[in-house]
Formats: sequence, structure tokens, C-alpha cells
Amino acid sequence: MEKKGFRDIPIGGLITKAGSAEDYNTGSWRTFKPVRDEEKCIHCLICWVYCPDSSILVSEGKNVGFDYKHCKGCGICAKVCPKKCIQMVKE
Amino acid sequence: MPDTAKSTIKALTGDQAAAEAMRQINPDVVAAYPITPQTEIVMTYSQFVADGLVDTEMIPVESEHSAMSACVGAAAAGARTMTATSANGLALMWEVVYIAASTRLPIVMPVVNRALSGPINIHCDHSDSMGARDSGWIQIYCENAQEVYESIILAVRIAENPKILLPVMVCQDGFITSHAVEKLSIFEDEQVKDFIGTHKSNFPLLDVENPVTYGPLDLQDYYFEHKRQQSEAMKNAMQVIPEIVEDFAKLSNKTYGFIEEYRMQDAETAILALSSTCGTAKVVVDGLRNKGVKAGLVKLRFFRPFPADNIVSSLSKVKAVAVLDRSESFSNRGGPVFSEVRSALYESENKPLITNYIYGLGGRDINTSEIEAVYNELQETIKRGKADKLVNYLGVRE
Amino acid sequence: MSGKGILEIRWHGRGGQGAKTAAQLLAETAMDEGKYIQAFPEYGPERAGAPIKAFTRISDEPINLHCGVSNPQIVVVIDPTLLDAVDVAEGIPEDGILLVNSDQSPQVLRQKLNFRKGKVYTLDATKVALETVGLPLPNTPMLGALLKAADLVSLNKIEDKLTEKFLKKIGEKKTKGNIESVRRAYNEVQAG
Repeated sequence: MEKKGFRDIPIGGLITKAGSAEDYNTGSWRTFKPVRDEEKCIHCLICWVYCPDSSILVSEGKNVGFDYKHCKGCGICAKVCPKKCIQMVKE
Repeated sequence: MPDTAKSTIKALTGDQAAAEAMRQINPDVVAAYPITPQTEIVMTYSQFVADGLVDTEMIPVESEHSAMSACVGAAAAGARTMTATSANGLALMWEVVYIAASTRLPIVMPVVNRALSGPINIHCDHSDSMGARDSGWIQIYCENAQEVYESIILAVRIAENPKILLPVMVCQDGFITSHAVEKLSIFEDEQVKDFIGTHKSNFPLLDVENPVTYGPLDLQDYYFEHKRQQSEAMKNAMQVIPEIVEDFAKLSNKTYGFIEEYRMQDAETAILALSSTCGTAKVVVDGLRNKGVKAGLVKLRFFRPFPADNIVSSLSKVKAVAVLDRSESFSNRGGPVFSEVRSALYESENKPLITNYIYGLGGRDINTSEIEAVYNELQETIKRGKADKLVNYLGVRE
Repeated sequence: MSGKGILEIRWHGRGGQGAKTAAQLLAETAMDEGKYIQAFPEYGPERAGAPIKAFTRISDEPINLHCGVSNPQIVVVIDPTLLDAVDVAEGIPEDGILLVNSDQSPQVLRQKLNFRKGKVYTLDATKVALETVGLPLPNTPMLGALLKAADLVSLNKIEDKLTEKFLKKIGEKKTKGNIESVRRAYNEVQAG
């Protein structure tokens, strides 16, 4: 991506668009990705509470997967899962 | 002194003059911590707040670092924000002083110049604000209480101008100006209110409909561009300040330039100085003129932005000039004002002979005979064709 | 060299005796009469009781000078015990005025201070203050005495200024006492 000159960026280091971090593909940092055993998952959502990157996707109170664009593969979800149903698998 | 029909005459100290300007500006937020000799500004302003004369949210913080931090937060939120400090207080703010400028927050801060420790001292020199010369703040230096009052009002318009958006320090000499009662002409509250207008931030942090991020990490890819923007804003200030000053002249009948020339028309020797010393030097110039000596004075009002072109065009008219610095840079090549003035003259075809005097450190008084001695030495310099010394120390015991 | 047409006054007192206030009251009264003024104290590591100086400048023209006062035309000594501690006559020109709060005569003080030329005035201002205000604050009677020694501002204007400054702060009784002290001082000050 071509970077803008000083005349074309907001002054003062401001980021004038809210939620711009979403555009940043931090998923590319990952070396291990979380994979969930849907059979074992009891949808306690402890993984959702702990995930530092809001990458546990939830719908109607249930874990429905991972946001791999932003998941950095930190493995916290696997660590805190009481059912040990999340495995960290090499990319 | 503005002699407009609407002005009121008051006897005020420099500190009270600053507080009076603040009362009329009526900022949304003032976060400040008292320190000698600035104390009377905070004290007087707190009384205004307590008496309900202003609508300001006054934040009595626990340190100057907190004061400037609170100012940064308030200004980012979109509030018209002010504080005031001196010496070690400014030093304690240091980190956040740079953040205020780089975040482009139009904070106005009266600075009552006092020597930085150590040894510990409460009296006037310019070491505090000169140390902050590279922080990205605009700096105005005032000769007397009237200038303090008017410059603070001017500073609001300068700081908040969309082409500038930089914080402004309005400096006055500790005790000499801050604690001396002088006769002031005060505008009507409405006149000031009309002149400064209302403050509207483009990106107020409190606008939850349009959320923005202040102060994100800024690394190799964009930090430099943001600093380059600050330089550009300082250049814009050179263009825009004269327009604001012209507008102010309608109110005050007074035109403030970047520099003030005093009897420079046909001057052969000149002193360039800042703040209250310029008043004393004017008296010396008058005395010398009565004796037929062609002496003049250049008062530097703005040190940031640095009005190099104005200085060069003024000093190119004289044969010898002495720059008076009320702070030491320890470069062995003169004080901060001297370094920049001398540098500005480098390309000039009509360079005057130039010498530097470090004086008045820690509040050491500078009297008329000492200033006269400088003019006399400039005459000798012209005769010799060169300055005896690059750097002199005026009024120190050898 | 000093600014042309500027009258300079030096006040000697002890911290807490009101030297700074007197310097300022006189300046403000002169301002009310259309003059340009400066009033400033000399600050050191001050506390109550320490010798301090304050200064007043009065002029018909705007005052540009911002240096200390070294040759005051008038010196006012508010505390008599300072005579042994400070050279109060320092820098006074030959036609200058020295006004001292003292129960001694001008002649005796002139001898004691070896102040040969110029005018000397004395007033027991502490006594006047005690008898009028009831407090040993000699600064306001010294203002009255000063107006007799030098026609700087009118007595009425000083009284107006005292009322303006003090009425709310110290009440009617003490304000009247202060005004009485100024009048008595004006009448009782001795020249010699």
C-alpha cells in the first residue's frame, strides 16, 4: 500500500475513522491456529471472555467459530477451555 | 495602551493581568498547579471560579505533569483549555508539553519565567521556556503587564486558528513583571468574547457519533510526517499571525509585530532582547539619542515561530548589534536567542558585527548603566571592526 | 540614568508591616489621578519580621523602566528598628526626602544617619496607629506623613482609596481608624 504524504493525513496523529484496527490483518501473525471440537464444546463461552482479540465468533449464545482474520494464535482460548476442546494446530 | 472608549483602567500585577485575561476568555477547563512566581495567576483564577465569575471547570491537580495531562485530555475532548506555570513546574510537565504540541491541541499557557534549579532560585530568567523552545509550542515574550494581558487574548485566536492549531506559551518575567503593579487598560468582557469567538474542535473526543482515536502509536511509517506537519503549522503561523494581529488592532489600536523596532530608523548600534529588559533598554536608547548617539532596540516578541526575515531586515540596517540572552545554553557559543539570530544573519549581505551578552540569570537585576555600557561597547566594536568577544557575561562578578 | 520625569520611592519595612501595601496604595491613588505607575516589592526569602523593600514609581508618561530603583527621590522607613540594620539613606540624592517612623526629632535622626543634605521628616507612626486603628501597623499613617512631605496625591484621594480597599475587608470601624491615622499623621509629622 502506498503511504500518504504529510499533507494528506490527519494532523496530530489522529485516527479519524473508528474501528480502523479491524482492517489490519493480524491473522497473518499466527503460526498455530485454534481448532474446536464441536462435539465436546459445551458453549460455556469462557474462550469468548478471555480472547484478547475478540476473535471468538458467537451467535445466539453459541460459539460458532473463530475470526481467523484477527486471531493471532495466542492459544489462550485453548488454555482456558474447561473441556479441552480447542487444539492449537500448526498453520 | 489601548485608548478605546470602552476600556477600563486598572492597577494590576502581571499575574493578575494574566488572570484577568483568562477571566474574560472564560475557558471551559483550567487545570493548574501553583508555583512561584506563577502562583497568583492560579490563586486569582481559583477565586474567580469560586465567586462564579466564570464557567470554567477548574481542576486542582497534584502536579504539573498532571496539569498538562488534564489539559491534553480536556483539549482533545474539545474544551477551550488553559493552564499556567513557571520553571520547575514547566520542567515537570516536559513530557506532556511535547504531547500537547504534537497532538495539535490549542492550549494557552501563561509562563512566568523563572530560573530552573539549580541552585534553587525563584527569580527571573528564561531558562525554563528557552528549554522548551523545541517542544513545538508558539512562544510570545511580553515586556509588561499590558502586553501579558493582550497577548493571552491574542494567543487564543492564534492557537485555535485551523491553519495553526498549536499550543501557545505567553511568557512574562517572574517578579519583575509578574509581581509589579502597573496601569492597565482592560477591554470590556464582550469585546474579548467577540474577538476570540467560540472554540470548535474538528475532532472532539466527546463526539460519540464520530469517534476518533487520539494518541495512537506512530512508528517509522508516519511519525516523521506528523512532525513535518508541525513544522508546516509553524510556517503557517508566520502567515496567519499578522492577520490575527490586524484584527486585534481594531480592538486595541495597537499592532503587534513579530518584532518591535524602537528608534531603529537610522540606528548604527542595536540591542536585541526579550521581555521586560526591552522597557529598560528603551529608556537607555532615549538617553543616548539625546546625546546624539544613534542607538536602537529590537524587541523580539515571538521566539516561536522564529521571525528570521523580520530580524534580518531590521538588523541589516545597523553596524553592530548585541543580542541579550537571559539564559545560558552552555554551548560556549552564546545563548539560544543569539545562536538563532546569528544563524539567521548568515546569508545576509549586510551582516552587522554581532556579539552576545548572557545576563540576568536567577533574577540578577539589569540596570540602565549596564545596558548603556553595552551600547558603548558596540561603538567600540564599530571602531575596531570586530567584536571583542563572541560571548560576554553582563553583571556577573568575575 | 533614570527615566525622565519618573518619581521613585523606596519603602523600608519588615515583612507583615504593610510596606508593599503602602507602596501599592500610593501608586493606585496616583493612577486614579491620571498618572502612570509601578509598585513592586523586592522579594527574597521573606517571612514576617524580615527586612523588606518595596518601590513606587509615578510618572506623567508611560513607565518603561523595569529595573530596580537605586536612586529614590524619597525613602520611607516604616520600622524604626531598621535604622540600625539597613542603610536606609543609600542612594538618596542631595535634594531627596527621608521620612522615618520614629519618636525622635528630624534633627536627631539627621545626625544619627549622617544624612546632611536633603529633607528629613519624622513621625511616631506606631503610636498614631495604636491610638487610631488599635494595631501596630504604621503603614497607613506613614502614607499621611508622606503626603505632607511631598505633594504626590491629594489627602482626600488617599482616604477614598483606603475606603475602597479596606471597607469590605476590615469593616467600617477599622477603616475609619485608618483614615483618622492618615489625617493625624499628615498634621503631626515633623520636618527638619
